[in-house]
Amino acid sequence: MFNIVHAEFIAPGIKKFTIEAPRIARKQKPGQFVILRIYAQGERIPITIAGSDPQNGTITIVVQSAGKTTNLLNSLNSGDPILDVVGPLGKPSEIAHFGTVVVVGGGVGTAMAYPTAAALKQAGNRVISMIGARTKELVIFESELRAVSDVLMITTDDGSYADKGFVTDKLRQLIQNGVPINLVLAIGPVVMMKAVADLTRSERIRTVVSLNPIMIDGTGMCGGCRVLVDGKSQFACVDGPEFDGHEVNFEVLTQRNSMYRSAEQRSMDEFQHRGETQSVEDRDCVIAGGVK
Amino acid sequence: MTPVTKRSANPLLARERIKLPRQSMPEQPAQIRATNFTEVNLGYSPELAWQEALRCLECAKPTCMQHCPVGVKVHEFVQLIVAGDFLGAAAKIREDNVLPAVTGRVCPQEDHCEGYCLLAKKVPALGIGYLERFVADYEQKMSARSLPKVPPTGKKVAIVGSGPSGLTVAGDLVQKGHKVRVFEALHELGGVLVYGIPEFRLPKQIIREQLDYMRAMGVEFETDVVVGRTVTIDELMEEEGYDAVFIGTGAGLPQFMNIPGEHLNGVYSANEFLTRINLMKAYQFPKYDEPMIDLHGKDAAVIGGGNTALDAIRSALRLGARKAYVIYRRSEAEMPARAEEAKHARQEGIDFQWLTNPVEFLSDGKGWLTGVRCVRMRLGEPDASSRRRPVPIEGSEFELPLSVAVIAVGTSANPMIQSTTPGLATDKRGYIQADPEKQRTSRKGVFAGGDIVTGSATVILAMGAGRRAARSIHEYLTTGGW
Repeated sequence: MFNIVHAEFIAPGIKKFTIEAPRIARKQKPGQFVILRIYAQGERIPITIAGSDPQNGTITIVVQSAGKTTNLLNSLNSGDPILDVVGPLGKPSEIAHFGTVVVVGGGVGTAMAYPTAAALKQAGNRVISMIGARTKELVIFESELRAVSDVLMITTDDGSYADKGFVTDKLRQLIQNGVPINLVLAIGPVVMMKAVADLTRSERIRTVVSLNPIMIDGTGMCGGCRVLVDGKSQFACVDGPEFDGHEVNFEVLTQRNSMYRSAEQRSMDEFQHRGETQSVEDRDCVIAGGVK
Repeated sequence: MTPVTKRSANPLLARERIKLPRQSMPEQPAQIRATNFTEVNLGYSPELAWQEALRCLECAKPTCMQHCPVGVKVHEFVQLIVAGDFLGAAAKIREDNVLPAVTGRVCPQEDHCEGYCLLAKKVPALGIGYLERFVADYEQKMSARSLPKVPPTGKKVAIVGSGPSGLTVAGDLVQKGHKVRVFEALHELGGVLVYGIPEFRLPKQIIREQLDYMRAMGVEFETDVVVGRTVTIDELMEEEGYDAVFIGTGAGLPQFMNIPGEHLNGVYSANEFLTRINLMKAYQFPKYDEPMIDLHGKDAAVIGGGNTALDAIRSALRLGARKAYVIYRRSEAEMPARAEEAKHARQEGIDFQWLTNPVEFLSDGKGWLTGVRCVRMRLGEPDASSRRRPVPIEGSEFELPLSVAVIAVGTSANPMIQSTTPGLATDKRGYIQADPEKQRTSRKGVFAGGDIVTGSATVILAMGAGRRAARSIHEYLTTGGW
């Protein structure tokens, strides 16, 4: 059991959790993730760690409601337990002095990009950060990212906050203005990471993306998270999650991530149609560790 | 041939014993069991067990025991059954084997004890596995296990992995008075016994009972710890004060075949397929949240001929697959699976395509599997494994329509611990090097055994390594000698 010591919504449908996990907090490095299972009948889901506090033995994760599991997770509050939290998994981000680094966070990926941006800044890089969100309310981690960036740029799809457009527009501008860029790190939706990689490919700017395939154990045992990188099978859980964005086959990633779409939809529909009383019961069940 | 001793409780002469038929194992009818996950074998009754035990010739030289990887005193426990002392028989097995209810079910007895039974020279071997299972289940039903009381030694041992080798080390060392803590990466204990072997072959309740017993003996367990990531071997020894560490993390990464189409939706590794079913209970979706492809009315195939392959395809059959194929590149004789599993699979209607190898997975153009293109093989000259090498027959390609394909062609070493433990020597395939006698690694105080040392093998061989490791860990902890 892992206790939630703090939980708050930081945007509609996006909740930030501080979880007691002393072993993980001690070892976590930027770019790594945890796998959670919130109750006995639950699935295992990977979530990139947004930060840790080794002294207090806590880690921070940011979760966006999407399917049943993330909705259930986001119904939990301070004091509630999570059945299983395992990590830190995956290889840490490569932190070195590259020169000028552009860190691109898309949506909830912004929270996941933050620890790497901070570490890159600490390593002496000039850090240009970009946040892309659908709309104003969904811009998260703005002040956190600002604090570790030399420049922070924000775009919203609908123009409700900062500049209207996409992060790729900003990145293209930088490139066109002749800003020398030594490394781009993109974390967010697959379409965004693919767009960033497509943009930097012809410029030969080294681009790292953090992949989010379907995963079960996270230790290399099942091979479910295999991705095609440079034509070869790689396991995102042990070889990644970060890969060279110019080598990743995003079509295969999208295709494999769609494998259980109908089941996921069914889970979500049943979850939503059970109504308020049932969802309180579900929440209690989660808190009780899944014992119905 | 008069191996019968005078003091035997068995009234029969050797020639009478040879005439007794081997008592067959009661089992669920094939057509019924092919639709459920309940155990196939139902177990001997006390009468059947006694009848079977009477067949033992009580050889002066017990080759059965000599060929048991953990050294179970087969001849002694069988005579206790003859004498009607079932609990005594169970206790006798426990002297050498902490998981008798498991090995009685999944051990390839034909390669070990039963393969060397004197009876087998003329008639079917003594049903040693069935007898072991019987007394282990009998003891469980009677809740009659005694807890050994031993004075604590003050030494602490960390065990990495709760599979068969780790549990064996834990069980053996706790009985010597050492403080033992087992670290498991997954949320459930048991390793391959839980995520790999299906319910119909090894009910999970049996593992839970074994684990409860070990907890009662004082073994501590911690789940959700990936050693190498959550904590390193050095941290366990230097910061958490463990005097010795045993690494039993199992086989590791599933191998793929590097043929076109392996990334299609519907192509699984056996580890993923079985983990979804056994660990995550995906077949009970949506009661359980983890999904898997609905197999009802669809055709499925497994590639490979080992126990894992048969576990996967028999699971697919139970999940409603219309046709269920085993595609294996050698012939029936070379199949590494346990004889009983191959027999059960045939009875259940699994379609074996021997001497067949896939060359490409076929797709619908939208990323979903629709079939596999195969080539027929013939056996050529013997290869390094001394089995005859399969060679493709030109022009023999054909297509098999499929919705699900499961790849069960073996595993390679998981590098997580090796890469985070300085000075831990590995072989050229990446497996941890440990001496075969004492299971010592290149690092003082660190021992290893099971699949992470040998590559994919069996539960009983991992347990054998665990036994040897426990003995040498105890020796190391008491003498300090390395």
